[in-house]
Amino acid sequence: MFSETIELRGHIIDSLILPKVLDQILTHGANFKIAEINIGKKRADQSFARIEVSAETSEALDELVLRLRQHGAEVAKPADAQLAKAPADGVFPSDFYVTTNQQTFVRFEGKDIEVRPAMMDSAIAVDRKKRTARAVKFFDVSKGDEIVVGHDGIRVVPVQRSTSGTDVFQFINTTIDADEPKSAIIRELGHELQRARATKAKIAIVAGPAIVRTGAGQHLVRLIESRYVDRLFAGNAFAVYDVERALFGTSLGVNPDLAFARGGHENHLRAINTIRETGGISAAVRKKVLNHGIMHACVRHNVDIVLTGTIRDEGPIPGVTTDAVEAQKVMREKLADVTHVLLLAALQHSLAVATMLAPTVKTVCVDIDPSAVNRAVEHQPLQSIGLVTDVEPFLRELAGCIAESDAKPGDRKET
Amino acid sequence: MRELLLCPPDYYGIEYEINPWMSRARGAEAAVAQKQWKELHATLLKLDCQIHLVPPQLKLPDMVFTANAGLTVGRRFIPSNFRHKERAGEAPHFARWMEEHGYEISWLPDDLYFEGEGDALFSGDALFCGYKFRSDIQSHRAVGEMLGCLVISVELVDPRFYHLDTCFCPLPDGAAVWFPAAFDEYGQRAIREHVPELIDVLPEEAMHFSCNAVVIERDIVLPEGAPKLVAALFDRGYTCHELPMSEFIKAGGACKCLTMFMPQRVSA
Repeated sequence: MFSETIELRGHIIDSLILPKVLDQILTHGANFKIAEINIGKKRADQSFARIEVSAETSEALDELVLRLRQHGAEVAKPADAQLAKAPADGVFPSDFYVTTNQQTFVRFEGKDIEVRPAMMDSAIAVDRKKRTARAVKFFDVSKGDEIVVGHDGIRVVPVQRSTSGTDVFQFINTTIDADEPKSAIIRELGHELQRARATKAKIAIVAGPAIVRTGAGQHLVRLIESRYVDRLFAGNAFAVYDVERALFGTSLGVNPDLAFARGGHENHLRAINTIRETGGISAAVRKKVLNHGIMHACVRHNVDIVLTGTIRDEGPIPGVTTDAVEAQKVMREKLADVTHVLLLAALQHSLAVATMLAPTVKTVCVDIDPSAVNRAVEHQPLQSIGLVTDVEPFLRELAGCIAESDAKPGDRKET
Repeated sequence: MRELLLCPPDYYGIEYEINPWMSRARGAEAAVAQKQWKELHATLLKLDCQIHLVPPQLKLPDMVFTANAGLTVGRRFIPSNFRHKERAGEAPHFARWMEEHGYEISWLPDDLYFEGEGDALFSGDALFCGYKFRSDIQSHRAVGEMLGCLVISVELVDPRFYHLDTCFCPLPDGAAVWFPAAFDEYGQRAIREHVPELIDVLPEEAMHFSCNAVVIERDIVLPEGAPKLVAALFDRGYTCHELPMSEFIKAGGACKCLTMFMPQRVSA
């Protein structure tokens, strides 16, 4: 969406110039918001209106504004954003502007510069020479960097809700509670993932240990094998649970297929040791030490694995980024081109990822805890679906739907 | 007694083409134009008008159309800013003449096109102003601020009726003669809302510049070729004086274009 603020002055009510301008905006497929209106009190008094006009493309907006100028519309010249220098490395100037994850523009020397990437809870650094603006975290800022302060010259363009009704994310767009039916939605999600795969979109999974512990790993493996996963974000624990399950049949000492298991908790540590000994998950797969499971499927099908650590981790296994700031950087980088994200039973990891997503990323959150689902999807109010459910039936049904319609694509009804 | 400004057609001719009526190839008959202008002059004198003549200038053939000199309200004269460079040279001559005759000159900003009484006509308590082909709507606002009056801006959509006075003629009884198709629908609505009674001119009569009439109380001087309008005006108690205007219509003007009121209104 591109927008411009126009101003109308004069006898715009009596001359019907205001309704004419508003009608023209709509008939050109654009939208408007009346930011301010002042109607003259006496007959000879002139009136004033400030109108924000937004259109799909900058060309359409320019053409429209040119037409509106014929009817007296003047383009309001917004103030440039105020800049202040960062007083020290890692410190923003006071009153720094805090970003949302929406598309944001900064007015600099009379022109709008898009802030890239759109990243929430950041500041905005402006490079005068390159005329660029980027969202920066504390660790990104150096002393003397010019940072936007206050709210002048900032324009935020929220993601628009589609009216087409063909997109499951835009017509469901809610949280499905534990006691509500889910099959139809899961089927739609399956179709959405199929469409995404066909258009070379990037699908990421954020996976929590419950996937392994509930025995849902096999369903995730089916999705990976069918190339529905481009990137896997998880913690050290998830990887270790999966390896333990692959090596010993248990996860954290529990065998999902049996009522009890031999060896108990120690299998967890033995799994870590094995991976450390082989040099990492990829090496374990290469050396045929790790022959099945989710991590194995990821390596075999070239899924990008992004593992990050927490303070409670055992090990960790090689390949886990343990530095928290470094982990944030890696995750942001790996999420930059992602279009679809499934947050599966991984509360902390899901929240971390959700704050890093662009507002256009289609997000599904599945968790047995309703508050976890709500917290994760609130960052993507127009592009998210939450399902309160155990992750195992979700993945089983999703993998089943996809396998079924992949087998007979001609039968699938376009929605 | 109404005071009017006219300009003898000594240098009048079709020397350029800035509206759909003008054709250099066809041209205008100078002798016929002189005769038609003199007849207009004589008719207005007979109607007890005081006529001032601004000296015509070589290479400014359209100076004869004094309605575009500017807008006069009381002793204030707002000179035109002509859109076309061909006519821009007229402005200083008109302004100097008006100043020499005791009028206070109020210039509009240079970047606002405004073509005077041709696009600005009082009806009731409002000044109706046409825009798009010649005047900019932004100039209306400036004129409204200068005069402190209600300005109804109406968009003109037919290039043949490029000035307001070619398609709209207010009458002293509050009604107005108009050719509705010359305005966009918002302009039509705005006029309907502010003018209590409207006399529609048929397309074939509008093509004879019938709306381009000089109204002196109950007398109306208009080009010949509009029998239905003349009958309608007669029914309202007006006396019509129909004049041949063929040579001026070739340049896109007629009786009203050849005349500027001094002033159009005593006050806004």
